[in-house]
Amino acid sequence: MALDQSFVGRTYPPTPAYEVGREKIREFAEAIGDANPAYVDQEAAKELGHPDVIAPPTFVFAITFKAAGAVIEDPQLGLDYSRVVHGDQKFAYARPVRAGDRLSVTSTIEAIKSLAGNDILDIRGEVHDESGEHVVTAWTKLVSRAPEGA
Amino acid sequence: MTAKIAYDEVEVGTELPAQTFPVTRATLVRYAGASGDFNPIHWNEKFAVEVGLPDVIAHGMFTMAEAIRVVTDWAGDPAAVVEYGVRFTKPVVVPNDEAGALIEVSAKVAAKLDDRQVRVDLTAMCGGQKVLGMSRAVVRLA
Repeated sequence: MALDQSFVGRTYPPTPAYEVGREKIREFAEAIGDANPAYVDQEAAKELGHPDVIAPPTFVFAITFKAAGAVIEDPQLGLDYSRVVHGDQKFAYARPVRAGDRLSVTSTIEAIKSLAGNDILDIRGEVHDESGEHVVTAWTKLVSRAPEGA
Repeated sequence: MTAKIAYDEVEVGTELPAQTFPVTRATLVRYAGASGDFNPIHWNEKFAVEVGLPDVIAHGMFTMAEAIRVVTDWAGDPAAVVEYGVRFTKPVVVPNDEAGALIEVSAKVAAKLDDRQVRVDLTAMCGGQKVLGMSRAVVRLA
């Protein structure tokens, strides 16, 4: 069933702050096998002009995707998540995410399309720190595949 | 932000050093834990097959994380990445063996932009297939 177009433009309340930890960044960097010292060594990060270790570019997805759960699980929207695949992902950074950040995400439904029976949902997540400074915007395109035989 | 590559030294067509990233089942379990994405299609073969996949597949976000390493290793400071986007076109299928799969990533400067920024286009291949489409980064150079 096609999703209700009237949800386009709907914005969900900002999430409670997610506190970015140094060891969580280290764990993520190790999981992707990335030895860049800016992720684990405070001195190396400072030499590059950062106040603390920074996170790899895609680290913030774990935070924005969790926030997108408010959209995905919105019973009024009625997305069938069991049929969802991740279509596109994009980030635009005002600055890198770094240890000590307390980040809040505001999710907005940017677009809803129906293509060959598939529902396509574009969600924008605006990520701000505790002072209200914009850190990064994440765009996530989800595709809910049409049921077989539909 | 302190990129080690100077804007004036790159041209359209400049190739970044290519890299190959191995991915095994153990890699995926580790990434699941670090990222919080525990979708069983990334670690449970029986489940993956039941939902129509050929086998366990890598997290798209894992492939996205690996591909941008070609850019961050080149630029030195990961904060040089101003924008980064991809389309997930084909899954990276990861067999249950020691070798796993290989993600081969190449990249080149596609355009010189204002404000000492360049657009880098990335290509990520696995088993002869393009696994990322429209894979582009905007990078601020020194």
